[in-house]
Amino acid sequence: MAIFSTQQLSVGYTQGGETTTLLSNLNLSLESGELVALLGQNGAGKSTLIKALTFATKPIEGKILLHGVDFNTITQSERAKLLAIVSTERIHAGALTVSELVALGRQPYTGFLGRLSADDHAIVADAIHSVGMDHKAKSYVANLSDGERQKVMIARALAQHTPIIVLDEPTAFLDAASRIETLQLLASLAHDQGKAILLSTHDISRSLMLTDRLWVITRNRQLCTGPTARMMQSDAMNRVFANPNITFNPNHCDYEATKN
Amino acid sequence: MKNSSSSRYACSVVVLALLLVVLAAACLIFGSVDIDVASVVRIAIGQDSDNEAWNIIVRQTRIPMVITAALAGSALAIAGLLLQTTFNNPLAGPSILGVSTGAGLGVAVVMLAMGGSIGKMLGDVEVGGYVATLGGAFLGAAAVMALLIVFSSIVKSNTMLLIIGMLVSYLGSSVVQLLNSIASEESIHSYVTWGFGTFSGVTTAQLPLYVALIAFGLLCSVLMVKPLNALLLGTRYAENLGVNTRHTRMALLMVTGLLTAVVTAYCGPIGFLGLVVPHISRLMLSTSNHSRLLPVTILAGADMALLCTLVSVGGDHGVIPINAITPVIGVPIIIYIIINRRKIQYFN
Repeated sequence: MAIFSTQQLSVGYTQGGETTTLLSNLNLSLESGELVALLGQNGAGKSTLIKALTFATKPIEGKILLHGVDFNTITQSERAKLLAIVSTERIHAGALTVSELVALGRQPYTGFLGRLSADDHAIVADAIHSVGMDHKAKSYVANLSDGERQKVMIARALAQHTPIIVLDEPTAFLDAASRIETLQLLASLAHDQGKAILLSTHDISRSLMLTDRLWVITRNRQLCTGPTARMMQSDAMNRVFANPNITFNPNHCDYEATKN
Repeated sequence: MKNSSSSRYACSVVVLALLLVVLAAACLIFGSVDIDVASVVRIAIGQDSDNEAWNIIVRQTRIPMVITAALAGSALAIAGLLLQTTFNNPLAGPSILGVSTGAGLGVAVVMLAMGGSIGKMLGDVEVGGYVATLGGAFLGAAAVMALLIVFSSIVKSNTMLLIIGMLVSYLGSSVVQLLNSIASEESIHSYVTWGFGTFSGVTTAQLPLYVALIAFGLLCSVLMVKPLNALLLGTRYAENLGVNTRHTRMALLMVTGLLTAVVTAYCGPIGFLGLVVPHISRLMLSTSNHSRLLPVTILAGADMALLCTLVSVGGDHGVIPINAITPVIGVPIIIYIIINRRKIQYFN
């Protein structure tokens, strides 16, 4: 059974008392040990779906399940041990060291005052090691590059010791090298540590090379899923963008303009 | 670095604690009446000196003043720190966001409704009076806090929230002025004097309640270290870590309201301490980790308030209002922080 799945899920937003459904009847699943990318054009509903899947907003309809159990029956503090997020939200932790920031990931497990046990310290060090940031463990977050900061946020999610990690545009502000490093890191975490990892991204060509499966939102708000290699050959990739002259070239793993 | 940051913490605590003792002693010794050090020490440890007037001055004026000032400083500093973390806004503080004005308005309304003066309201004669005044101050402060929380979800910009806080503050002051226009001469005088700010207004009889309320507020703040640290990552991460951010904000609202209200009701609307002290603590420690920041802010707040008290009452000049002193110390520090914000870690 999939570790993380949805049942007839509909997501959207409410504005001025009016509810707009963006994506409906979603029956998605995420398995342990796989890295899945969520693709789609701007406004397609990627962020809305990610928000619903991470309980930042309520779904309009349907259920989100963990091992088949409805997430709504699980308390917020138990959820914290099951699903970790990496979001694009601005953080105000510049004066924390990398270790201190990653240690915040241990909060679901620590006591009332948040004191860390020897085990917690070991887990924090381990998480920092996993993302290759040992040499910066004592640095202030303020002094990190964007790429390093993203790795630290991933380490924080790892320290949370959850079977599922969901990332909203983790490569958005990164340079080419950091994008590849981040995706490689996520792939290895999925494959070596057995995490179920979902990320939304605009970085199509790079995610095609490193992910196991794709969730693709087409321009008419259908969500097509499948193994990356098969999806690349499918028509779904050509139905992502509203402009029909932008087509997918599987040989280049990227989109290009077709001449009229 | 771990060792250096914890030794930095230990060092800061020791220095601030020593400073607290020195400043408290100085506030007991220096004043408009010259009392020799030996007599002050003797009276402070519970013996009588030969001069009966000195006994009274030290026991009933100077000791309550020192306790009042130290706790007011701690309370305002913690209120400022909680506001800065809650709104992720380093320039937030109880006076700048209008929380103090809200408390002041509450006091004015109660005072007017009961037809008395503040001195009388907080006096030990009418117990009902000062409970009502404290209640009014708390409601006023909490109302402004609630308003700020609502606005903070509408306007996302930190600067805009500060401006709204200042506008609320102006509005509160103007309502107080309007109330004053229908108040008695005596109430107006008492309100104006109260507005200057003083740590000498708490009598020995009022002191136990004052101490108990502030100690309770400070204790609550210490118990909130864990969610405060989670809030450094913003609402979404905090929620994901299992923090119920709605309850947390509500609790922060109550604690900030309580601390600001108690100080404002007894000492007047004291400006700048709440804004400045958390910055001094962060700069001393180079961290925004609340488990170290909070204790240091409590100590630094007490030190700062005692320093202001010393300038206010020590020396040959008459008493200088506290609110004439706090900006002189506070404004340069804030300007320094704004100018250097790119170099200061916690802004980035």
